[in-house]
Amino acid sequence: MKTNKKTTSNCNPFDFLTEEIIFTILDYLNDDPFSKKSLSLTCKALYSIESHHRKTLKPLRAELLSRTLHSCFNLVEIDLSNGVELNDLAAAAIAEAKNLEKLWLSRCKLITDMGIGCVAVGCRKLRLICLKWCLKVSDLGLQLLALKCKEIRSLDLSYLQITEKCLPSILQLQHLEDLVLEGCLGIDDDALSTLQQSCKSLKTLNMSNCHNHSHVGLSSLIKGAENLRELTLAYGPAITEDLAKCLHTFSGLRLVKFDGCLVKCSGVRAIGRWPRSLKELSFSKCSGVEDDSLSFLVQAHKELTKLDITCCRKITYDSVDSITSSCRSLTSVGMESCSLVPKEAFILFGQRCELIEELDVTDTKIDDEGLKSISRCSKLSSLKLGICLNITDDGLKHIGSSCSKLKELDLYRSLGITDEGIAAVTFGCPELEIINIAYNDKITDSSLISLSRCSRLRVLEIRGCPHVSSKGLSSIAVGCRQLAVLDIKKCFNINDNAMLQLAQFSQNLKQINLSYCSVTDVGLLALTSMNRLQNITVLHLRGLTPNGLAAALLTCRGITKVKLHASFKPLLPKSLLDYIEAHGCVFHWRDKAFQVEMDPKGWKLHFGKSPEAP
Amino acid sequence: MSSENPSFTDFNLQQRQKQQQKWEDAMISPPFGGFNQASESGYLLLSNRDNQTKILDHQEDGKSTGTLGTNKVQDWDPRAMLSNLSFLEEKIHHLQDLVHLFVGHKGSGLGGQDQLITQQQQFLITADLTSIIVQLISTTGSLLPSVKHTLSADIPNGELGGLLFPPMAGMNCSPQPQNGGGSKVSDQSSKMDVAGDCGAGQSHFIEEHETKEEEDADEGEYLPPGSYDILQLEKEEILAPHSHFCAICGKGFKRDANLRMHMRGHGDEYKTPAALAKPTKESSSDPVVIKRYSCPFSGCKRNKDHKKFQPLKSLLCVKNHYKRTHCDKSYTCSRCHTKKFSVMADLKTHEKHCGKDNWLCSCGTTFSRKDKLFGHIALFQGHTPAIPVEETRGPAVSSDKMDGKEASNKVGNINFSFGSPAATGSGAKNVMEVNEDADDPSSYFSPLGFDTCNFGGFHEFPRPPFDDSESSFSFLLS
Repeated sequence: MKTNKKTTSNCNPFDFLTEEIIFTILDYLNDDPFSKKSLSLTCKALYSIESHHRKTLKPLRAELLSRTLHSCFNLVEIDLSNGVELNDLAAAAIAEAKNLEKLWLSRCKLITDMGIGCVAVGCRKLRLICLKWCLKVSDLGLQLLALKCKEIRSLDLSYLQITEKCLPSILQLQHLEDLVLEGCLGIDDDALSTLQQSCKSLKTLNMSNCHNHSHVGLSSLIKGAENLRELTLAYGPAITEDLAKCLHTFSGLRLVKFDGCLVKCSGVRAIGRWPRSLKELSFSKCSGVEDDSLSFLVQAHKELTKLDITCCRKITYDSVDSITSSCRSLTSVGMESCSLVPKEAFILFGQRCELIEELDVTDTKIDDEGLKSISRCSKLSSLKLGICLNITDDGLKHIGSSCSKLKELDLYRSLGITDEGIAAVTFGCPELEIINIAYNDKITDSSLISLSRCSRLRVLEIRGCPHVSSKGLSSIAVGCRQLAVLDIKKCFNINDNAMLQLAQFSQNLKQINLSYCSVTDVGLLALTSMNRLQNITVLHLRGLTPNGLAAALLTCRGITKVKLHASFKPLLPKSLLDYIEAHGCVFHWRDKAFQVEMDPKGWKLHFGKSPEAP
Repeated sequence: MSSENPSFTDFNLQQRQKQQQKWEDAMISPPFGGFNQASESGYLLLSNRDNQTKILDHQEDGKSTGTLGTNKVQDWDPRAMLSNLSFLEEKIHHLQDLVHLFVGHKGSGLGGQDQLITQQQQFLITADLTSIIVQLISTTGSLLPSVKHTLSADIPNGELGGLLFPPMAGMNCSPQPQNGGGSKVSDQSSKMDVAGDCGAGQSHFIEEHETKEEEDADEGEYLPPGSYDILQLEKEEILAPHSHFCAICGKGFKRDANLRMHMRGHGDEYKTPAALAKPTKESSSDPVVIKRYSCPFSGCKRNKDHKKFQPLKSLLCVKNHYKRTHCDKSYTCSRCHTKKFSVMADLKTHEKHCGKDNWLCSCGTTFSRKDKLFGHIALFQGHTPAIPVEETRGPAVSSDKMDGKEASNKVGNINFSFGSPAATGSGAKNVMEVNEDADDPSSYFSPLGFDTCNFGGFHEFPRPPFDDSESSFSFLLS
């Protein structure tokens, strides 16, 4: 991209290129959004061409939306999630994008049926639309949408106040494959049992958090959907033998999620008698899962690749033994808080399931031996070791030496880890994107300096690490340009210097927690000058004055959420708060007392002394 | 001729003139509907024709009281007309004398006269009358195009010309044997009149307001074909302001009951319970034949020749259906100046709710209910909900960064909302323009056309939508 800049500054060779050639060049840059942006910012002509060719858009500021939509009229995807300030006029502007195929409007709470009607009429090619939490959208708007946009494949209606009235027209969508009805409490057994229509094309159904239906309504909704592949019933009906039997005929089922459901052993066994093996299964937070029934189930579903048994507190070594022996192709295992599983069990994963990519063993008894075994999974990309008090730097060194694909590492309150372990990981895992080393008093600036090697780092949580300072964070700012989420709460030694560095280099920062730091007005003002900053938490900043806060808030145009201490509320002029709220910002006022102690709840004490406690 | 008309100051004439005035205020609607056979010829648009008819009727009645005033000064060539008329006058006088002769013969008590003579007499009269009528029609036929103009020019002066209505009492109420031939003739004449009148003034009705008593709710009813009688009224009958007429004074009424109340004034014989009773009550003992109505408009689903004929239930249904479906919508809402109706009752109903229409379509149509709007949008391709302009006060657009293009966006939206009930005359005009635009979906947002967009890209360059790259970062602290 730098060569581009050089050549264009001398004479403009792009003048000799036709638009089509530049379009092709842009297509090659699809993988790297930054180079694309640099190219478009080179000159007016390229900017214009890029905007015409642009297919996707994720605007961060609502006031630029209509202007952007005018220049980018070939958009195929628009992501307006969390656009709480967007109203029907914005929806009408979206409707101008005639070629739009994918539209995300989650939490656009001001958009009503009228706006959806505009979109339905304007964007006839729509294939995906997400209306999660668009609380003002009702049956009427959805009926029109289903009538006008016949191409819809994917429809997310989570948490809408809809009833059964819109279901017939939705089920008549010929191509509908993915339907999300999460938290639609207006839909119950009575409504579902009267449905005449059936949607044969349906492949994915999510009815999480719908408390008002049982297997009767469910079977009415999915009748005829022979191709149903994925079914999510989290926090829904009890997993009984009846429910398992009514799903028995759907031999295409590949994924089922029963998170948080009341699970009966007979239900689990009935799932074990299904004719075809599942690929993905989740019993997360299902306390009813026991060794016997789970072992029976996994022996039938040998093709499982993803298994989530988080918080199945009753399972022991036996379950892990049968899981690892029958499901050899597992790629993802979640077993957070399986507190009865002994440390020997984790060695089995490394020995039998080498394809594992994601492993969540938070709050378990895994130790360095387990980590050494797991390091044989060379494809490992996500490893969560939070509150694993038995692991040390030695275990991490094994991971660092073999798991070069690691992208996410969670070491929350893993108190055995020091700078040495972090350095080993950063050397061996250059692709690291997310790391959490919160509440670790052994971590110092040198960890951050070694982390600054990971140029793709996006999320950094060093909350409650008292020994890190501005020096370490500055090196992160310089090294990790893609940093988007930063939590430095209770890093008392971090001050304005680090903020200035962040403001200068980390232009992608979206979310930051500064509570208890030594940052003052100057640092905050520098931070808020960053355009992409959306979410900021500022509690107990000693150096912060009301005037500085007011100036910072006024500077930050893209801000959507601010968490402040309640004591600031009377000190800021009401008109200022109203003005900022009118720009789409939500204030959260917290009234927590200042905590002097690093670890007020005694986590260290608690886990150090009695790790057996649940 | 007016000088020969001394006795026309009687009450009946005055009343009739009043009525005439009323009808003509409503731009002349010949009440063909309720008239019985003889009267049909009596009420015509042309004064001279009425004149003739009057004379004609007088001859039949055999008690001529004189003739009417001559034609007023009119636009066409009066000389030719005059010669025609005098020719006709001569003929009529001749006929009059002839009839007098016959009456004289009858009165002389020659009861033993055989029927042959009567037939000969009738034949003579018939032949003469026919020739008069043919002459009359040929005279008036040439004038038809100017009729409208003449009438509208005449009315404000109150010059009703020779318009007169023949008393029909003699015809209908007191049977007279010698009227046989006369009524036959008038039958003929009425047919010709109707033929001659078609297309002249018919399309210029403004119907009188009619209260909406009942909805023509015949949906859901199914009667097997043949199980009911089908009546089909003619267009003129349907559009007549009145369907019931006093046989004595000719006053018209919308309802039979009102006519019966009116009849009480004409004498004690109309005050008997039998006379006041509802006519249909009498036939209640007979097996009730269900009557259904057919719309005269051929091709209409309510027309009996239609494949899927659906009969109308009552006369009122016929009237409302015909006006709503096949007539101009001449009543405009005085509030929104947009909605038009052909039935006054519909207008009144609309005006009750007009102003409460908050749901607006891009075509300018407003709805009082959201589901109605969405039903409309579901039905019509390219129509889209129009967002009320009040919402532009939201933070998204009201920010200080609003540039020219957003302003034009706003204007576009304002245009759409002009259909709102509060719109004035100019507003209505705007709605019309939007309506034209509505034919082409792509022109909805015409102010935001793609042409301007291309240039917009350049203007915006200093402020790209994404300010998140290194080169554009603004460091506020200095």
